Amino acid sequence: MKIRVALAGNPNVGKSVVFNNLTGGHQHIGNWPGKTIDKAEGTLNYKGNEIYIIDLPGTYSLTAYSVEELIARDYIIQEKPDVVVNIVDASNLERNLYLTLQLSELGANIIIALNKMDLAKKENAKIEVKKLEKILGIPIIPMVAPRKEGMKELTDAIIKYAENPVKREIRYDEKIEKYIDEVRRIIEGKIEGLNPRWAAIKILENDEEIKKKIGKDLLSRCEEVRENMKNEVGDPEVALADARYELIKEICKDVLIKEKKVTASDIIDSVLLDKYLGIPIFISILWMIFQFGFMISAPFCDFLGDGFAQVSSALSGITGIRWLDYLLFGDYGVLNGLGMVLSFVPLIILLYFALSLVEDFGYMARAAFLMDRIMRKLGLSGRAIIPMILGLGCNVPAIYATRTIPDEKDRLVAIVTNPLMLCGARLVFFSAIVGAFWGEMGGDVLLSLYLLGVVLTFIVAIILRKTVFKGKASPFILELPPYQMPVPRVCLRKAWERGKLFFTKAGKVILPGILILGILLITSTSFAYTENAEESIAAVIGKALLPLVKPLGWDWRLLVAALFGIVAKEIVLGASALLYGVSEENIAATMASMYTPLQMYSYLVFILIYVPCIVTIGAIKQEAGTKWAVFTVIYEILLAYLVAWLVLGIGHLMGVA
Amino acid sequence: MIPLAFAPEGKILRVVGIRGGRGVMQRLADLGLLPGSIIRVVKSTGGGAILLELRGSKIALGRGISMKVFVEVK
Repeated sequence: MKIRVALAGNPNVGKSVVFNNLTGGHQHIGNWPGKTIDKAEGTLNYKGNEIYIIDLPGTYSLTAYSVEELIARDYIIQEKPDVVVNIVDASNLERNLYLTLQLSELGANIIIALNKMDLAKKENAKIEVKKLEKILGIPIIPMVAPRKEGMKELTDAIIKYAENPVKREIRYDEKIEKYIDEVRRIIEGKIEGLNPRWAAIKILENDEEIKKKIGKDLLSRCEEVRENMKNEVGDPEVALADARYELIKEICKDVLIKEKKVTASDIIDSVLLDKYLGIPIFISILWMIFQFGFMISAPFCDFLGDGFAQVSSALSGITGIRWLDYLLFGDYGVLNGLGMVLSFVPLIILLYFALSLVEDFGYMARAAFLMDRIMRKLGLSGRAIIPMILGLGCNVPAIYATRTIPDEKDRLVAIVTNPLMLCGARLVFFSAIVGAFWGEMGGDVLLSLYLLGVVLTFIVAIILRKTVFKGKASPFILELPPYQMPVPRVCLRKAWERGKLFFTKAGKVILPGILILGILLITSTSFAYTENAEESIAAVIGKALLPLVKPLGWDWRLLVAALFGIVAKEIVLGASALLYGVSEENIAATMASMYTPLQMYSYLVFILIYVPCIVTIGAIKQEAGTKWAVFTVIYEILLAYLVAWLVLGIGHLMGVA
Repeated sequence: MIPLAFAPEGKILRVVGIRGGRGVMQRLADLGLLPGSIIRVVKSTGGGAILLELRGSKIALGRGISMKVFVEVK
């Protein structure tokens, strides 16, 4: 038998652990169509049954107000899964049952997986499972997902109840129910594909999505009922939420015995959220994640990058045709390009793994709480601090880290401003240059560039908030989940999938991009192969564009070097050395003999800002879509030009030669 | 009756009223923050951001919202 199962539940109830336990390696993570919300699907073969499992986004409710909730409820309505496994946190029964009641309103065939039984026990909460099962009329499987306790029972229950669905109506207080019944009578039989009781509730809740599906005449009759309800019990949305919570209170009175006691979470919070210690601790945790990710991945990244480079140079000349040889094995050829994309994978996996551990531990929500007030004033959400800091290492994993930002607008602002953070690749070029120009002051110059990046991030974020992403900032409402030990195998799996996705999705943008730039470098204007950089199309483009950068006082070589920096920012160093015909060791001195420190500072500022590297562009495209990738490239070029020009102008005014 | 933003830490409070747009009201209601709900302020940052205990879970609210939720000391 084929069974389709959807996992639903609040955030932080251990849904992804249950999902992993059920599917093991047979899973696929992608996006919900048109959304940057993870869509995890998998399969399980059990006792001759083929079970398809989908992990719905974590939600507290099923309204039309948030994308996650819409995805979850539309899936249940439209795809009609055979079984909905509602994962409920036993240590937080009251709040979790709210979603259970809504799933039941939908008429779904529900099984409750009562997870975190161990935590409930630790907190001295005793749940009478059998009694709860009877009151709700929903089968309940107690479990401890990280230890895989209860998994077999859950799988058996899925098969049992897929064959024999149990659907029971859970009724609320009569003074609410009479209005639900009234609307239900109006619409019954006149709406297709919707559970009439659920539709009636949603109409009373003024749910726009459902109202669209009801004819005008019917709707005006329903509105009358809603009006009456409002007069009797107040705002129907609040009244319904109240009715659900009242019922839950009644139920919990019967089945839950909870002694009030200070939990481990309370104690940890008193330290981690301390007025004075909170932010320093947060910065140190971030620093550890940063070190962990970049230090451990460095040898792997180098190995992959260098490995491909060595294989390339070994194979070089094998075809006998120089242009083909170059395309396959050259510096910007297929093999090196592939090596470059691959060399990012270990970094992404490790950083994502570390971030998942911290997230699953329950700390990310705390970090957002700590940082939100400051970051909000600067145009960003509290959670954007994490991608910002990661951006100092590499913007690519930083862009992926924006996934933890729940609000779409907040996330887009964080994504398009992230490349302004000075990453490690730009540092390669900058640190090679500053010594020759500023000597011992070089470090201060570097620091000023770092600060400039941070300040610009905030300025751009504030401007975007007032223009492109206008509208009220999403209100800050966030649950701080109880702390819990993360399950490394689950985090590792998430990180692995993220790395895979980067390679397949972003790679499709990056590899062709590298090839195109490579072709421009080896093709002369008469479309013949050339090794003389000055004859290449790239150089011709550079020279043609030169009038544009005249106010900045560059020669064509600086422009072309910047053009190559699009592939990867560290290439600016090698490319300028190549173009000036000197070695990488001497390029700084050569430049120092040609440009004033002010001119060079202006150029460094330009390189800091101008375009994200092609790998970052690929990541932005994957996470935010083509439109925002293009937007980022364009605004950054304009901003780079403006700031570089301002640096020159202000420098001259101040009399800096 | 005072805005939640100014409520003292540690005291048990009753929610009297919530002023806000529909989206915000619904989100708070979904988390169980309704007129009549009993809550406790665990932490107040002074700037208006509030951490409160509500139906056994911890909910953080930004200043924008904590100014719109009105409470009285129980």
